Amino acid sequence: MEKLSLLDAVALPIARANVDTDQIVPARYLQKPRSAAFGSFLFRDLRFREDGSEVPGFVLNQAPYRSARIVVAQRNFGCGSSREHAVWALYDYGIRVVIAPSFGDIFAANAAKNGLLTIALPDAAVSSLIALLQRTPGLHLRVDLPAQRVALPGGTDFPFEIGAYLKNCLLEGLDELDYTLSQMARIEAFEHSYRY
Amino acid sequence: MLRQRKLAPRVPARAFATPDHYVPTANRDLATIADAEKRSMADALRTDSASAGIRFFGLDDPRQGIVHVVGPEQGLSQPGMLIVCGDSHTSTHGALGALAFGIGATEVAHVLATQTLWQRKPKTLRIVIDGQQAAGVSAKDIILAVIAHIGAAGATGHAIEYAGAAIEALSMEGRLTVCNMSIEAGARAGIIAPDDTTFAYLEQRPFAPTGAAWDEALARWRTLTSDADARFDREVHIDINSLAPMVTWGNSPEDALPITARIPDPADAPSAERREAISRTLDYMGLTPGAALNSVKIDRAFIGSCTNGRLEDLEAAAAVVRGRKVAPHVEAWVVPGSGLVKEAAQARGLHRVFEEAGFQWRHAGCSMCLGTNGDQVPPGQRSASTTNRNFVGRQGPGSRTHLMSPAMVAAAALSGHLTDVRELLAR
Repeated sequence: MEKLSLLDAVALPIARANVDTDQIVPARYLQKPRSAAFGSFLFRDLRFREDGSEVPGFVLNQAPYRSARIVVAQRNFGCGSSREHAVWALYDYGIRVVIAPSFGDIFAANAAKNGLLTIALPDAAVSSLIALLQRTPGLHLRVDLPAQRVALPGGTDFPFEIGAYLKNCLLEGLDELDYTLSQMARIEAFEHSYRY
Repeated sequence: MLRQRKLAPRVPARAFATPDHYVPTANRDLATIADAEKRSMADALRTDSASAGIRFFGLDDPRQGIVHVVGPEQGLSQPGMLIVCGDSHTSTHGALGALAFGIGATEVAHVLATQTLWQRKPKTLRIVIDGQQAAGVSAKDIILAVIAHIGAAGATGHAIEYAGAAIEALSMEGRLTVCNMSIEAGARAGIIAPDDTTFAYLEQRPFAPTGAAWDEALARWRTLTSDADARFDREVHIDINSLAPMVTWGNSPEDALPITARIPDPADAPSAERREAISRTLDYMGLTPGAALNSVKIDRAFIGSCTNGRLEDLEAAAAVVRGRKVAPHVEAWVVPGSGLVKEAAQARGLHRVFEEAGFQWRHAGCSMCLGTNGDQVPPGQRSASTTNRNFVGRQGPGSRTHLMSPAMVAAAALSGHLTDVRELLAR
């Protein structure tokens, strides 16, 4: 898994709450293998018309935002279906950080397994960030994982919380399965001793 | 993922598989799946299960069906278990007093490889539901009312325990419906403490313990209740005495109202953000602010899914449909949740009730809930559906979904528009 530590990049404002994983990646792409490039399926039906032409009004199609690597969205981002493809679509597009007041739990867990950092910030902070990004297309945010801070150019800082285990996995690009497999002796010992 | 790392499932006896999302419901023939990638997924499930020694119910097995119908039905899902599956509606099995939740593909691989999963302990939310279900009101209406009350993110980060007289009064199938939609409130899981209803449901099921093992299990299961003085991070109380049948109007399961209500007006919204969201939703859904919900014309009626695809659901719908006819402009389907539900329904003649009324009686699968098998609602068409999600494009691009109970879908199919089923039951 790719390491993540500092990211200074264009941020994409999604001024909607409850963006569900069906919007992030429609069901008709779920049979594709991981090796497929999911970036083109990201927000597919918001981004493209049926004939494949771009929807000009959709924020990701507007020039300054196209190179975004950070998404800032309203509450409950990634709610709905457990499809991990939603994370793959964001990741393959180039997104590495999503900031929102809250996330669908399963989406957040899937993100953690794929090197995509989800940052929960208070409602008011997110609303002001979205408004700023809408006013200033192409504006960069700087995400500092070691310091647990999201910074604006000009100095405003938003501190965020993250569990130590997850933080370490992201910083080191650690694969969780490898770690668990290294613990098999302890797991087996527990299974033998546990009387349910 | 496992093959890439030269790993095999560590404890295959603790897994089972059944194809549901991609299977055709017009027949039982995988070869009719047009899309080669989808066909190969269904094939892979069979061959991978066989080589790993994982129990598999395929299309040639009457036990096949939607996994969240099959698990409880087979007695595979039991109190006190930790159950995971690569599907968000795994919360369903919490109705049996299991801790059950959905996970993504990577975590599925992790569980198969290690028989473990890393978890953070969720917060707890107790939802106490009191009062009595009036005629025409069902478990589906209860959970839609709960989600409308706490919101689509109302339980994020929390495991819900459903308690109270109204929950205790529910049959196991009603409880499965309630727990199924916990995820639509953002919950990590939804649990109901096992009781005599649970034990009566489980006894004699194919994979339930028997003999001395049953007695031991029962003694253990009886201990699985919250302490009388247990403290929850949050508690919500709901009274259902005046609950009316619910329908959703929008693109989130939280957009639910009694059938007697009117479509919301964006002008009445409490904030600019909400006003914009409601306008956008009504535009997509082709609805007029202030119009009566019971006047909304439908094109499709769908009875099925892991939410409402069980025998009691079919019986509730059949009771409304019996002796009546589907409206001429409506295409109506019944998709039983499993082959066994289908057989049991046929043994009671329910298929004839539906077919005589003009419903299509089909084979088990997820079908029109999300349409990955091709069973879609065409663009611009409106469906009355016993499913669990009304997201934009859920049942097919441009589709317009209204969620409700089986009896309410039946009523809508007959009248051709969203309808208060209590009026039909009264006649």
